[in-house]
Amino acid sequence: MSTSNKTAAKKGGVISGLLHNQICIPLAALLALVIFNLVMDPSFFEIKMGYSSAGDPVLSGYLITILDNASELVILAIGMTLVTAASGGQDISVGATIAIAGSVVLRVLCGTESRPDELQAPIFVAFLICCLVAMLFGAFNGVLVSYFNIQPMVATLILFTAGRSIAAWINNNELPIIDDAVFGYFGNFIPGIPIPTPIFIAVACMILIALTLKFTTLGLYSQAVGINPHSSRLNGIDPAKVKLITYIILGLCVAVAGFIKVSRFSTINYSVVAKDIEMDAILAVALGGNALSGGKFNMGASILGAYVIQFLTTTLYKFNVVSSALPAYKAVVVIILVVLSAPVVRQKLNEIFKKFNERKTAEKPTDGPNKGAKEAA
Amino acid sequence: MKKFLAMLLTVMMVLGLAACGGDDTPATGGNEEQTLIKVGIINNDPNESGYRTANDKDMKATFTEENGYEASFAYSLKNDEQIAAAQKFIQDEVDYLLISAAGTAGWDSVLTDAQNAGIQVILFDRTIDADESLYVASIVSDMAKEGQTAVDWLTAQGLDEYKVVHIQGVMGSSAQIGRTGALDAAVAANDNWTMVTQQTAEWNAETAQQIVQAVIDSGEEFNVIYAENDDMAKGAVAALDKANITHGVDGDVIIMGFDCNKWALEELLAGNWNYDGQCNPFQASYINEIIQGLEAGNAPAEKVVIMDEKGFDAATITQEDVDQYGI
Repeated sequence: MSTSNKTAAKKGGVISGLLHNQICIPLAALLALVIFNLVMDPSFFEIKMGYSSAGDPVLSGYLITILDNASELVILAIGMTLVTAASGGQDISVGATIAIAGSVVLRVLCGTESRPDELQAPIFVAFLICCLVAMLFGAFNGVLVSYFNIQPMVATLILFTAGRSIAAWINNNELPIIDDAVFGYFGNFIPGIPIPTPIFIAVACMILIALTLKFTTLGLYSQAVGINPHSSRLNGIDPAKVKLITYIILGLCVAVAGFIKVSRFSTINYSVVAKDIEMDAILAVALGGNALSGGKFNMGASILGAYVIQFLTTTLYKFNVVSSALPAYKAVVVIILVVLSAPVVRQKLNEIFKKFNERKTAEKPTDGPNKGAKEAA
Repeated sequence: MKKFLAMLLTVMMVLGLAACGGDDTPATGGNEEQTLIKVGIINNDPNESGYRTANDKDMKATFTEENGYEASFAYSLKNDEQIAAAQKFIQDEVDYLLISAAGTAGWDSVLTDAQNAGIQVILFDRTIDADESLYVASIVSDMAKEGQTAVDWLTAQGLDEYKVVHIQGVMGSSAQIGRTGALDAAVAANDNWTMVTQQTAEWNAETAQQIVQAVIDSGEEFNVIYAENDDMAKGAVAALDKANITHGVDGDVIIMGFDCNKWALEELLAGNWNYDGQCNPFQASYINEIIQGLEAGNAPAEKVVIMDEKGFDAATITQEDVDQYGI
């Protein structure tokens, strides 16, 4: 296979080479969405400069909306990719733990009052405590998975079920509302800067993870553990520890995402905040062409996958799809994308592509019957 | 080690016995006070929404010992767990069973058991698919009426043109069906009413914001936002604020919400929104009245009691309304 790939790459050139790269799947999906929107309505890509009610400059347009709203998902996708790679399973509790993280932020800022006149603690402190709590919950999941060897989906089912009740309990079932302009900056705009703040936060997280993967062994170790924990152990890596660390990192991602979520509206609704976001996060990892059974991963592809999902959602809103049919449309697109990204299908596509190239380079009539025989086989 | 384990087990057994003994004492104490009416209350999880929290608080405030009740509570969002709780209450021989069912089906056998045990069943908030003879009364909100009240209010505004952005709740929920129905009918019946967009935000503020943002980005004009709960109206308003579109009293866009959360009524009072429809969570006083009637030997006049529900207008709302009706 590898030798034939090489020859195909030589003959076929760039496109075939790209097909072997994992990032081509989300890229192709993104391209398809972009072309679709370009054909249907080019104004989709318009970005306008306007002013908010408060008189601050803001950029608006579908692209900005997509980048803005995808931020939490992108941040989650980073953590989810690591967890998937190391433990070969997914954390389905991220939506519920976002509710917990958000609730902690509000609890620290509001104290016991549900409508405080002034903040009870600096926002920075609230953020730190929220990070700590979310990492603790991440560690809880991580310990169950790594030391007790429980299936990740089963282990995280505990917080998936209980998380939103815990979040409500943290604030005594109250729904606190924060009346502080600065707190709203993180989920909306900083006055004078026309780009939504969540975009900056997402970019910061991307840079941070890129540096971490480049300068530490986190990426190498988590892939090694995901591919074969026993041989990693023989090579001096503690698989349990590596798995635990990935869950704690996911916890940190959850904290950041939860902080943005509560900042958007300066309040929380435990039962609906970040609802079903775990499915989108897992989908982003799958769309990125990463094996959900663990092992090798491509962080950039996951992140791109997250943006594709938000692009799709916004496109569906734009075209005013009947609300009851919305999940069906999404499902169809997801099926196509996931099937295309399946290794079996990709291999088949590669073969077809290769044949196409061979036919082009060697257009001899004697090749004809040979081709037919191959296709029949 | 074995000795320690044996000790531990012994201690636990003794503690277990003590716990049993502890359970017995209040039970015998309870028998002495025959006057208390025993009610078993099965409700949805109070964390579900502001509505449910207010509903649960109201129940707990009404069915107290001072008012002559001995109340036990069971919470679940799952039908089978609620039915199991009902069976337990029947074994405990409660006098009344109050149920806000999570699902409509599967209640027949347990309600028949209750009837055979001489327990009166009162449904609140939600109805179920069971024979009417199995319960004495049901106290519910009429969601269709809530929608109609809101649409009537909107009609009375006398706009030249109604271009409505309609944000729906979770599809198939009774609140969504009722509140959507009235608006759909109005749009179909009037030529000057158009539906700019109709999407479900599943009660989620953020999704609502995205939907309205998509409408704004498309450049389509609209002058009414009809959101099926307060959270979604809030999300819609956030999108408007971002785009510098005025809303509320004297604004370009009329904002309508439902549920009467306290903060939402305050938005109304400040003139940022125009209308908020009530979904009354205070059924306890109705139930109390019915139970007192039954104790005195009078059956309730109507089997299905539909609660009074108001709609608040930003022009007429007062601080008293906010304090009294805000949940």
